[in-house]
Amino acid sequence: MEEPLKQADVMKGTRKEEVLDIDHSPSLFKRGWMKTPVDIRPSMHCFAGEPARLKVVDFPNPRVWSAMDEDWKLPTNWKEIVMDAFKVRLDRFRTFKLFMDICVRCGACADKCQFFIGSADPKNMPVLRAELFRSVYRKNFTTAGKLLGPIAGARDLTIDVLKEWWYYLYQCSECRRCSVFCPYGIDMAEITIIGRELTNLIGLNIDWIAAPVAFCYKTGNHLGIQPHAYKSMLEFFQDEIEIVTGVRVEPSYNRKGAEILFITPSGDVFADPGTWTCMGYMILFHYLESLGLDITWSTYASEGGNFGLFTSHEMMKRLNSKMYAEAKRLGVKWILGGECGHMWRVVNQYMGTMNLDLAEGSNLEEPVSPITGTKFENTKSTKMVHICEFTADLIKHNKLKLDPSRNDNLKVTFHDSCNPARAMGLLEEPRYVIKNVCNNFYEMPPTTIREQTFCCGGGSGLNAGEDVELRMRGGLPRANAVKFVHEKYGVNMLSCICAIDRAVFPDLMRYWVPGVEVTGVHEMVANAMVLEGEKEKTVNLRNEPLAGTEESEDV
Amino acid sequence: MDLKNLLLRKKSPIVKKWCEVVLRTYPEGGQAFLKKKDRFGNPVGHTIAEGIESIFDELLQGTKSDKIPLFFDNILRLRAVQDFSPSKAVGFVFGLKKVIRKELGSKLLKDGTSEEWAAFESEIDGMGLLCFDIYTQCREKIFDIRIKALRNQSHRLLKMAGVAYDLPEDYELSEEDRDLKKAHANKSH
Ligand code: SF4
Ligand code: SF4
Repeated sequence: MEEPLKQADVMKGTRKEEVLDIDHSPSLFKRGWMKTPVDIRPSMHCFAGEPARLKVVDFPNPRVWSAMDEDWKLPTNWKEIVMDAFKVRLDRFRTFKLFMDICVRCGACADKCQFFIGSADPKNMPVLRAELFRSVYRKNFTTAGKLLGPIAGARDLTIDVLKEWWYYLYQCSECRRCSVFCPYGIDMAEITIIGRELTNLIGLNIDWIAAPVAFCYKTGNHLGIQPHAYKSMLEFFQDEIEIVTGVRVEPSYNRKGAEILFITPSGDVFADPGTWTCMGYMILFHYLESLGLDITWSTYASEGGNFGLFTSHEMMKRLNSKMYAEAKRLGVKWILGGECGHMWRVVNQYMGTMNLDLAEGSNLEEPVSPITGTKFENTKSTKMVHICEFTADLIKHNKLKLDPSRNDNLKVTFHDSCNPARAMGLLEEPRYVIKNVCNNFYEMPPTTIREQTFCCGGGSGLNAGEDVELRMRGGLPRANAVKFVHEKYGVNMLSCICAIDRAVFPDLMRYWVPGVEVTGVHEMVANAMVLEGEKEKTVNLRNEPLAGTEESEDV
Repeated sequence: MDLKNLLLRKKSPIVKKWCEVVLRTYPEGGQAFLKKKDRFGNPVGHTIAEGIESIFDELLQGTKSDKIPLFFDNILRLRAVQDFSPSKAVGFVFGLKKVIRKELGSKLLKDGTSEEWAAFESEIDGMGLLCFDIYTQCREKIFDIRIKALRNQSHRLLKMAGVAYDLPEDYELSEEDRDLKKAHANKSH
C-alpha cells in the first residue's frame, strides 16, 4: 500500500519520484490549455437558478437562462462587476491573494482531485482549475501579466473565459482534498468559494443551490418544510420507533428553558436513509432523559445545512444566524448538532466569529455534558458540539447499554465526510462509536480515508438529478475503495456522518458497487442500544430481521 | 506455429498497444496520469490496464470465458459516464485487430494461421457486440438513477401533500422568458 504523501516530504523532496512522475501538468502548460475552449456538456452541469429563488434573497439578475444557450443574459457591465468584486476580495481575503500568487506549479495536487481522477479532464486538476482564475488575476493585477499577456500566463476575462469559470466552479465540490497535498497548503475550495461568489454577482448560479437557499431563508430549512410538517414527520418516526422497540419516545419542540438545542440537517428528517439516523437521535435522547438530558428540537432552526456557503459569505451568514437566534430565544446553554458535512464547516470555521454577536445576552456558555460532566473545551467559541463527540464521550463513560451483536448483520466501513474530516479533524470519534456498536468494522485503504478521504462526488450543491454523470465520475475513487472492501471482506454497509453523503451514496453504490447500503452512525447506535422497557427485538429500524432471528423465523 | 502461440509470444507489446488504444480516447492532458500505477489513486487507469490484460489472457485460453464480460463491464461502466459517444466508448475492442495485425504482420497470412486469424477476428467482433450490450445496460442504469432522483425530489412530494412552503410566484416571467423556459425543459428531458 502506498504511504500517504506528507507535505513535509514533498518539500524536502524525499518523495521526488512521486512529484516528478507527474509530467502531464507542465506539458499541458506548454501545449497552451488556454487555447482549448470550454465544451459545456449536458449531464456535467446543473440547471440554472430559477428567477423566483434569486428574487427571494435579492440576488442579482434573476432571469431564465441555461448554460447550453449561447446568450447567458448577463448585465452589460458584467465584466466590470466581476473585476471590481475580484479586487475587493483580493484585499479582503489574505488567503485568496496568497493563493493567486504563490503556486509554483509543482503538480503535487494535480492528480488528487476526484473529478480529475474520474474524468481525466485536465481542467479538473486543482492546479489548472485555479489557473483559470490566476490567469485573469495576472492580466489585471500583476505588472508582468499586464505587459506580457499569455507568455506570463495571463489572459483577459472574456465571455468564454467566464463560461469556463462557471462550468468548472461547479465541478469542484469544495472538498479540500487537493490542499492536503499542496506544499503551500493552497486550498482550491477557497478559490471556488470566491469564484462562485463572483459569478453569483452577475446571476450565474445553479438551481440546486439557489432553491435550498431561498427555502431556507423563508422557512428555516432547505426543503421548505413548515413547522407543523416538521413535527408531523417526527411524530411518524415516534410511531415507527414504537413498532420496532415497543418504546414510545417523546421529543419536545421549541421548548423554552431547555438546556440544549438540537439542530440537524433537514435531510435527516425527510429523506431515506437519513430518516433512520434521525430515529437514532430520538432514541438516544429518550434513553438519556432519565440520566438528566434536557434537550429540545426546533421547528424554526430546522436545518443544520447551509447552502449559503455555496453562494456568498454574506448569504452563509444570513442563513446561519438562525442558530444563535433560536438558541437565544429558547434560552438554551449550548447547541448539539447532528450528522452533517458542510454544516460543520460553517459552524467550526465561521460561526463563532461571524455571528456570535447574535448570542449576546443569551444563556449560551461553554458546553458541558449533563450526563458525564465532560467539558467540550474545543467548542468554547462556538457553543456547538458534534453528536459523535457527545456520543463517544457517553460510551467512554459507560453510560450507554449496548448490544453490538444487534448489528451483526452488518459488515461496516466508514467514509470520512470531507468537511468533518478536513475542516474539523473529526476522525477518531465516529470510529470509536462505530466500533462500540457493531462487531464487524473494516477500514478502506489508508490513502482513501481520514484527511485523504475522497469526496462522495456530490458535495457543495452538486447533488442534482441532472448532473448524475459528473457525480458518478467524481464519486468513482470513493466507490472504488468501497468496492475493494466489499470484495475483500464482504462489507455491505457504508456508514457516514453527512446528510449529503446519505443522499449521494445510495445511487453511487447502485451504479458502482451493488450490494452495499448506506447508513448514518446514529442509526447503528440506536439499533445496538438496549432500552428500558423494550420488547424483544426482532427487526432493526429499517424493519429488517436482526442477525440470528431470521433463521428462527424459518423453522 | 499456431496463432495462439504467436499471440502469446507477442503478448506484452500487444497488451501495451491495446491499452494505448483505450487511453488515447481520453483527453490528451490526462493520458500520462492514466498510466500511473495506483489502484486507489487512479482507478480508471488501473481498471483499464487490469481489464485489457485479463481479457487478452482469457482470449488466449480459448475456451469460452465467463470472466470476459466481467472485465468489459468494469471498463465500460467507466466509459458509460465519461465523455464518449456509444461508438467511441466501445470502439477500442476493434482496435485489437489492428494492433495484432501490426504486430504479427505477414505471419497472419500463412497457411493455417490465416483461417485461425479469421476465426479470431470474428471472436473480436462478438466481443464488440457484447460490449454494446454492456454499455447499454450501464446507460440504462444511469437513466434509471436520474429518473429516480427526479421522482424522489422530496419537496415535490411534500408540496403535493400540502405541507411544504412554496416560494411566492410574484416574479412574473416575461413572455419571452416563459418560452425560453419551455424550450429548456424540452431540451433537457
Ligand atoms: S473538488 Fe476538492 S480536490 Fe477537487 S479541486 Fe475542488 S477542493 Fe480540490
Ligand atoms: S496548488 Fe500547490 S500543489 Fe498544486 S501545483 Fe500549486 S503549489 Fe503545487
